[in-house]
Amino acid sequence: MKLSALQQSYLNRRANSFRGSPQLDSSGDGPIKSPAAIFWLILHGICCLISLVLGFRFSRLVFFFLVSTSSNNLHMVPFRTAPQFTGSLDFQSALTSNPQANIDNPANRTTIASSTSRVIVGRHGIRIRPWPHPDPVEVMKAHQIINRVQREQRLQFGVKNPRTVIAVTPTYVRTFQALHLTGVMHSLMLVPYDLVWIVVEAGRVTNETSSIIAKSGLRTIHVGFNQRMPNSWEGRHKLEARMRLHALRIVRKEKLDGVVMFADDSNMHSMELFDEIQSVKGMGAVSVGILVHSANTDESTSLPQGKDGEEAPTIPVQGPACNSSNKLVGWHTFNSLPYAGKGAVYIDDRAPVLPQKLEWSGFVLHSRLLWKDVDKPDWIRDLDALNGVDEDIESPLSLLKEASVVEPLGSCGRQVLLWWLRVEARTDSKFPPRWIIDPPLDITVPSKRTPWPDAPPELPSNEKVSISTQEQPTKHSTKSRSSRSRRSRKRKSEIKVIGSQFSTHSEQN
Amino acid sequence: MDAWNRVFLCLIFAAILCTSSAVQRGGNQPTERISGSAGDVLEDNPVGRLKVYVYELPSKYNKKILQKDPRCLNHMFAAEIFMHRFLLSSPVRTLNPEEADWFYTPVYATCDLTPNGLPLPFKSPRVMRSAIQLISSNWPYWNRTEGADHFFLVPHDFGACFHYQEEKAIERGILPLLKRATLVQTFGQKNHVCLKEGSITIPPYAPPQKMHTHLISEKIPRSIFVYFRGLFYDVGNDPEGGYYARGARAAVWENFKDNPLFDISTEHPTTYYEDMQRAVFCLCPLGWAPWSPRLVEAVIFGCIPVIIADDIVLPFADAIPWEEIGVYVYEEDVPKLDTILTSIPPEVILRKQRLLANPSMKQAMLFPQPAQPGDAFHQVLNGLARKLPHAKSVYLKPGEKILNWTAGPVGDLKPW
Repeated sequence: MKLSALQQSYLNRRANSFRGSPQLDSSGDGPIKSPAAIFWLILHGICCLISLVLGFRFSRLVFFFLVSTSSNNLHMVPFRTAPQFTGSLDFQSALTSNPQANIDNPANRTTIASSTSRVIVGRHGIRIRPWPHPDPVEVMKAHQIINRVQREQRLQFGVKNPRTVIAVTPTYVRTFQALHLTGVMHSLMLVPYDLVWIVVEAGRVTNETSSIIAKSGLRTIHVGFNQRMPNSWEGRHKLEARMRLHALRIVRKEKLDGVVMFADDSNMHSMELFDEIQSVKGMGAVSVGILVHSANTDESTSLPQGKDGEEAPTIPVQGPACNSSNKLVGWHTFNSLPYAGKGAVYIDDRAPVLPQKLEWSGFVLHSRLLWKDVDKPDWIRDLDALNGVDEDIESPLSLLKEASVVEPLGSCGRQVLLWWLRVEARTDSKFPPRWIIDPPLDITVPSKRTPWPDAPPELPSNEKVSISTQEQPTKHSTKSRSSRSRRSRKRKSEIKVIGSQFSTHSEQN
Repeated sequence: MDAWNRVFLCLIFAAILCTSSAVQRGGNQPTERISGSAGDVLEDNPVGRLKVYVYELPSKYNKKILQKDPRCLNHMFAAEIFMHRFLLSSPVRTLNPEEADWFYTPVYATCDLTPNGLPLPFKSPRVMRSAIQLISSNWPYWNRTEGADHFFLVPHDFGACFHYQEEKAIERGILPLLKRATLVQTFGQKNHVCLKEGSITIPPYAPPQKMHTHLISEKIPRSIFVYFRGLFYDVGNDPEGGYYARGARAAVWENFKDNPLFDISTEHPTTYYEDMQRAVFCLCPLGWAPWSPRLVEAVIFGCIPVIIADDIVLPFADAIPWEEIGVYVYEEDVPKLDTILTSIPPEVILRKQRLLANPSMKQAMLFPQPAQPGDAFHQVLNGLARKLPHAKSVYLKPGEKILNWTAGPVGDLKPW
């Protein structure tokens, strides 16, 4: 096999860079002779100069082909000697040819070509389609495929015979109700199992709550409870407990079948929670992370500093405590000693809101335990027996005669599956009912020095509404004091106040 | 009384049978049986169907090479070493060469590694030639058939062509002395000089323990559509592009680098195996050679392999129906890869996943230590057993010579 010095040296260079070991090629190639090396260097220099002049990289392959076409009699598809631009990568068709004049004896090559091989050895072009970006139709189809695959996975490896989840939520109309209830609603809408949502509302059934719930598309049972929500946290906890018991009575009456869980409207649930509770047989307990919110940042840092030198205070967790053989031995409860005397009493206090010893939301129970006239285990008290006796029930453990039968879920309480958080606005804070501003706002004083030219007074009212409404909800709670001065045209005056505030801010910026 | 007893026993027996089969079906993911063109052969037991005689070569051909560089046990070509160890203690081994159907020569030709761990094939032809000279002069079995009932393991880049560069490999062709032997190799490409007819293709070696320690729960939903980690441009050896992978990997990058469905990159994360288990499709494009260990990894982790290598012959192609398990894409169709993959009907995709979940499929791709039934060692023996009985023509008449002992480049003829 006669190789021209050019090709031989090129291939040898490639071999060198590939394996990092020089000149071990034993296929009969001798060492590079010096004239060839010098010739190569000169060629390299010429190419560099040409590249400098032209401004782009000039491939030495050009010479390869010029030389090899003259020396070999190989039939080759004419190669378009297009130098490689760094930017233009749109060579549409393949530059497939027999580039590196491969060298075998022509007989060998033609035998390969004659057998129906698609594959040609050598340099190929990089095929790029005209618009190498995602196609939305394909993306949609791919997502549907992924959904189908995940559904199949869930069918095979997920929970077999999933049970209905019965979520119990006590709520009442207040500023942040929409915020909290929408959060819970979205979590429940994502649950892949059948769901019944029992919403118990303090006071009476209102349109506001109904309109929020109606957006869920879930099966809901919306009932009212004939008592207004008191202003103190303690009163609120007690009333909520009674509302939950009311819901349990509904479960009993309707003979709903499934797993009852307590989804308080300001809690945050993880999706794994709903998978875990499917396995409960009687009553189960999960770990709840307690997020104690304090408006005063100094207070929060001065909190659990029992040990000196610890940097970040750990989040307290309520839930079952297990020993090493995964049996329930006790409960982790919230330690309220550091907060003694500093906790919030009224709902709009700026002090940290403390949870109770054991929150209802950390417990789940099978609905059969609540039915009457059904075989129940000994350790469950009948719901009717609790009627009227003393309805101050702090936690679902009061429904049991002995607390040791509770099943710890979430790998024995090691997984925190939901978080408890209480954030409320002032009780007298005003907000538009259903968060809809009706009737639309009037034109207010136009602000000065805006980026757009001064608008004529005859503006349609829609635009001003859209500009101002962004400001309203955020500034609302703090401005509520000043809004009370003018009772009659309350809302518009607020807007005026806010509007001018906004303009002053924008001037300062 | 006696009849009643018998009936009772039959009933109990039937009940036991029913429950055992139900347990097998109901417990795990439903899988489908795999039957290739050779039939339902993945679970065949080769013991008793063939006998292999292992030549006793001096340790300079095997043990000493391994001692010089023990890294050979972990790289992609480690199959040749593990096959030797398996055969030494396997029930198919016979110590009587007269009754053997196949003869195995344990020579580790891919164990000459660079400091980086890449094998140098430059001495391999001489090593092989020297081994063959030894066995032909010390035992009469080579000359009887000129190697037609011998098999060799040549798991290098281009098999018995003994070179890593394709053009050089084609130029050399298969070592002339191995022209009649059966070759067991990882390389497979149709109508290629380096794939002899009758060769057995095996998967590259991938460490089974390492993969099994990275298994995650099957409940975790598969959320990545296409996954690939590896080079697209080999800047060191092919700076201008177009040579490496025949431009196919570069085409994948240029067309899909900003596509959110394609999780492709050159960075090798520590969660590589876990990510494969969260993907629906795994790309297995060619590199410098058409085969890749990604195929093994994809099969173990249940990710449908997308094979982008024209004319490739996949491992155990007669026993495993790869068209039903993986997706073949022509290199020229790479720009349309997203269209191709999204147009596969979901039922087909689910069926492929069921086939991949078959434990015999996963087992057939592995070389576990010690060997287990159904693994790649046994598939090789099954393949050899399927080639039996030897045709009468393999036995040469006395004085007949077919092989040319002086063919090949001059450098190969130097003794080793």
